[in-house]
Amino acid sequence: MLGKLTLSAIPLDVPILVGTFTGVVIVALAVLGAITYFGKWGYLWREWLTSVDHKRLGIMYIVLALVMLFRGFADAIMMRSQLALAYAGNPGYLPPHHYDQIFSAHGTIMIFFMAMAFMTGLLNVIVPLQIGARDVAFPFLNSLSFWMTTISAVLINVSLFIGEFAQCGWLVYPPLSEQQFSPGVGVDYYIWAVQLAGVGTLLTGVNFFVTIVKMRAPGMGWMQLPVFTWTAFVTVVLIMAVFPVLTVTLAELALDRYLGMHFFTNYGGGSVQLYLSLIWTWGHPEVYILVLPAFGVFSEITQTFSRKPLFGYRVMVYATLAIGVLSFIVWAHHFFTMGAGPNVNAFFGVATMIIAVPTGVKIFNWLFTMYKGRIQFNGIMYWVIGFMITFSIGGMTGVMMAMPAADFVLHNSLFLIAHFHNVIIGGVYFGYVAGLNFWWPKVLGFKMNESWGKRAFWCWFIGFYLAFVPLYIAGFEGMTRRMNHYDNADWHVQMLIASFGAAVIAVGVVCQLMQIYVSIRDRNLPESRDFTGDPWNARTLEWSISSPPPAYNFAVVPDVHGLDTFHTEKQIGRRSYEGKTLTPIHMPKNTAAGFFVGAFSFVLGFSAIWYIWWLAALALIGIFATVILRSFNNDVDYYVPVSEIERDQAKYVRSLTAQAAE
Amino acid sequence: MKNRLMPRLRRLLPLTPALLLTGCTVDLLDPRGPVGLENRNVILIELGVMLCIVIPVIIMTLVFAWKYRESNSSAEYLPNWDHSTKIEFFVWGVPAVVIVILGAIAIWTSYTLDPYRPLHSAEAAGRKPLNVEVVALDWKWLFIYPDQGIATVNQLAVPVDTPINFRITSDSVMTSFFIPRLGSQIYAMAGMQTQLHLLASAPGDYRGEAAHYSGRGFSDMKFRTLAMTDDDFNQWVDKVKASPETLDAADYPQVAAPQEAAPVRYFAHVEPNLFDGIVAKYNNGTVIDKSTGQVLHMQSAMSDMQMKE
Repeated sequence: MLGKLTLSAIPLDVPILVGTFTGVVIVALAVLGAITYFGKWGYLWREWLTSVDHKRLGIMYIVLALVMLFRGFADAIMMRSQLALAYAGNPGYLPPHHYDQIFSAHGTIMIFFMAMAFMTGLLNVIVPLQIGARDVAFPFLNSLSFWMTTISAVLINVSLFIGEFAQCGWLVYPPLSEQQFSPGVGVDYYIWAVQLAGVGTLLTGVNFFVTIVKMRAPGMGWMQLPVFTWTAFVTVVLIMAVFPVLTVTLAELALDRYLGMHFFTNYGGGSVQLYLSLIWTWGHPEVYILVLPAFGVFSEITQTFSRKPLFGYRVMVYATLAIGVLSFIVWAHHFFTMGAGPNVNAFFGVATMIIAVPTGVKIFNWLFTMYKGRIQFNGIMYWVIGFMITFSIGGMTGVMMAMPAADFVLHNSLFLIAHFHNVIIGGVYFGYVAGLNFWWPKVLGFKMNESWGKRAFWCWFIGFYLAFVPLYIAGFEGMTRRMNHYDNADWHVQMLIASFGAAVIAVGVVCQLMQIYVSIRDRNLPESRDFTGDPWNARTLEWSISSPPPAYNFAVVPDVHGLDTFHTEKQIGRRSYEGKTLTPIHMPKNTAAGFFVGAFSFVLGFSAIWYIWWLAALALIGIFATVILRSFNNDVDYYVPVSEIERDQAKYVRSLTAQAAE
Repeated sequence: MKNRLMPRLRRLLPLTPALLLTGCTVDLLDPRGPVGLENRNVILIELGVMLCIVIPVIIMTLVFAWKYRESNSSAEYLPNWDHSTKIEFFVWGVPAVVIVILGAIAIWTSYTLDPYRPLHSAEAAGRKPLNVEVVALDWKWLFIYPDQGIATVNQLAVPVDTPINFRITSDSVMTSFFIPRLGSQIYAMAGMQTQLHLLASAPGDYRGEAAHYSGRGFSDMKFRTLAMTDDDFNQWVDKVKASPETLDAADYPQVAAPQEAAPVRYFAHVEPNLFDGIVAKYNNGTVIDKSTGQVLHMQSAMSDMQMKE
């Protein structure tokens, strides 16, 4: 009746998990209770959970990312403290069974549910506004993508309390992840969570591709596209190209596990080499899927606060495209030590190094954007400067490992761990946080708190070096990744320093939470309110409307004439909406279909993990029924009347003039 | 390669203290064999070349950020300047030149440091190579000395200044065979034979490890590498031969059974072709002789080593 699921699947014998579970239950009850107490269920359901508005979905994605950051970071703290303790005969407090789940979950959650969700959230918020669109091409699909990502995040966290998570690393390399060596449900949790999230990501890719190709405002040619949207465009092309590869790879692994097939098994002609090639065919472009939008964020911020146009816009676009193309021909650098031979290694080594050229060009272009500018130093610019320094070092260590002869001793060591955290924290995470600070007032109508933001930056920046420079050194000392305990005194020193660094980063995370809290608390103070819709005196279209924007974004679809149209309009003192007649705006209605497909998908995933096949069949029927019902529903749109647009617009113009008068 | 690298290396030596922050043994920077030495030289050269570009970038970042700050009204401000062909030329040219240099080194060392390449220079000095067959098990290392007819678990003894020709496989999941102070690592994979050529140039006791996560007992899957003089090595072989334990096809499943923190074991006698049999069991009973390219059928010999499925 319940497949493999029995009471013993609940880890009551692990005090850490029981404590965590109690904590989660208390917080959940408090949140649910608060919503009930304030009578906000109807509001939450109508305005948020069923919303198809790209701005609200973007906010929900970022909330999800921050919650997942918290989870992934808790894992990181546990790993660091285990390694600080587990030295010279001390087993530490995490036995291998538990520790191995933690490092697997840390990587999986940080990449798929923190970074990907954060990136998708930023895309959602910014891209339609930057190209003068009123929503994405397929608003319902967007809601569906969000729910697929969210339920997968829930599914992966359920593994904490029911059953176990994978103990095979974040890319579940076979043959370790096959039934023979991992008979538990851990790998199945991984497969289903990542597969269902992958559906969401792929749909996001298609959605934003069509949005950027078809929904740009009139006059916005490809070379008038804001640079963030360009990076978003290359990212979604990469998503469409490589996420199907991930889906197929994990489907094959699932076939091995569920139906006894032999894609990647030791026996029966299975090939681990095939898995490595497939997973990294997805995995390497994935790195660029994450980092390109961060590059876009840095470009927008640098040009805005340097009070200058981006240096070499065209070159920036070509460099982005070059990185996108090159990202497909470097995957084998993840396994130089597999014995493929010098021809293969030399090719992939050189290809990897070549990627450093367009990336280096980007760094120089940001430098020359600052050059002869008037740089306004606020908390957001701190993240940019911190990124340029940190990412240069991360790029250097990346090029070092691109050399096969060096990788032969650095592969799988803590040097590698330090390198990719160097680029993912210093590049991706700094970029997303800078983006959050930069676009926050656009979406919410008030700025983020400066001093807490700066505190968060300093803790992250200093904490990063304290946490990861020791790992670079430990790598040179021959320490490999994923160790649970060790007896080398030299390593112990590094592990202690690294733990201290992690603690400093933890303070940084707390500062960020404080920043969010204080910003919301002080939202009505005159210095934090954004009356003009353009708090940074920026250049692109999203700043040409009120903050927060109305649901339909643009009262009048803007006319674009060149790059940075909005900047030009401010220079000549004439706004393009002036003198235009307003017409009713066609908008999509909210729908609960995405929520229900997501909920049924969760049940499908959970029951497939536990071999509860009757429930899986019911869930599948539920998914199909929801989709069919949705397709018969013709009442999916409405028109915003001119009177309402006029009212919004008048309010915005009034606020603008009042601000100008001050 | 070594001769060409050494003079350049010496110029970079002042950099090493920066990495020796804690003054302890930094295995990769203090190798005990020619392979490790070349790995190190490549790393240091790369680091040196890359720092030539990274340090100026960091300095420029800080200088530009400071000089063109908003409050410094004496600095030049060009609010519409966004292009300069001259700068673009350098922006592409400088990284490209660096990558051409490093790319050339990458290609060259991919061949000279290919783990499959025998160490010709050492062999030319009249040293006969030692053959060692390595089997990664859950969670221990089995070393077979086919020429001596002996085997050990979790202890590898090698004579110094003698090229060692490793053939490596796994009878479980994938992992990686790595002795940091001797140099390059290579994967151990079931049904595959990978090769590695190393040499220890000084006597010592070096840590060997599984450098790729392989499951529950991974952290204790390590071994000692004892590099010793020829005489000591011969004595060591005699010591192993005096062990009461032997390893033939019937004993093998018990030896290969999963075990955490496995102690060192010596086997006075080892079944011939045990290694080939282990490889063959994942390949329908066949194994390719890498030196001749011939396909050998091993099925009958290894009938005791049942397929696990």
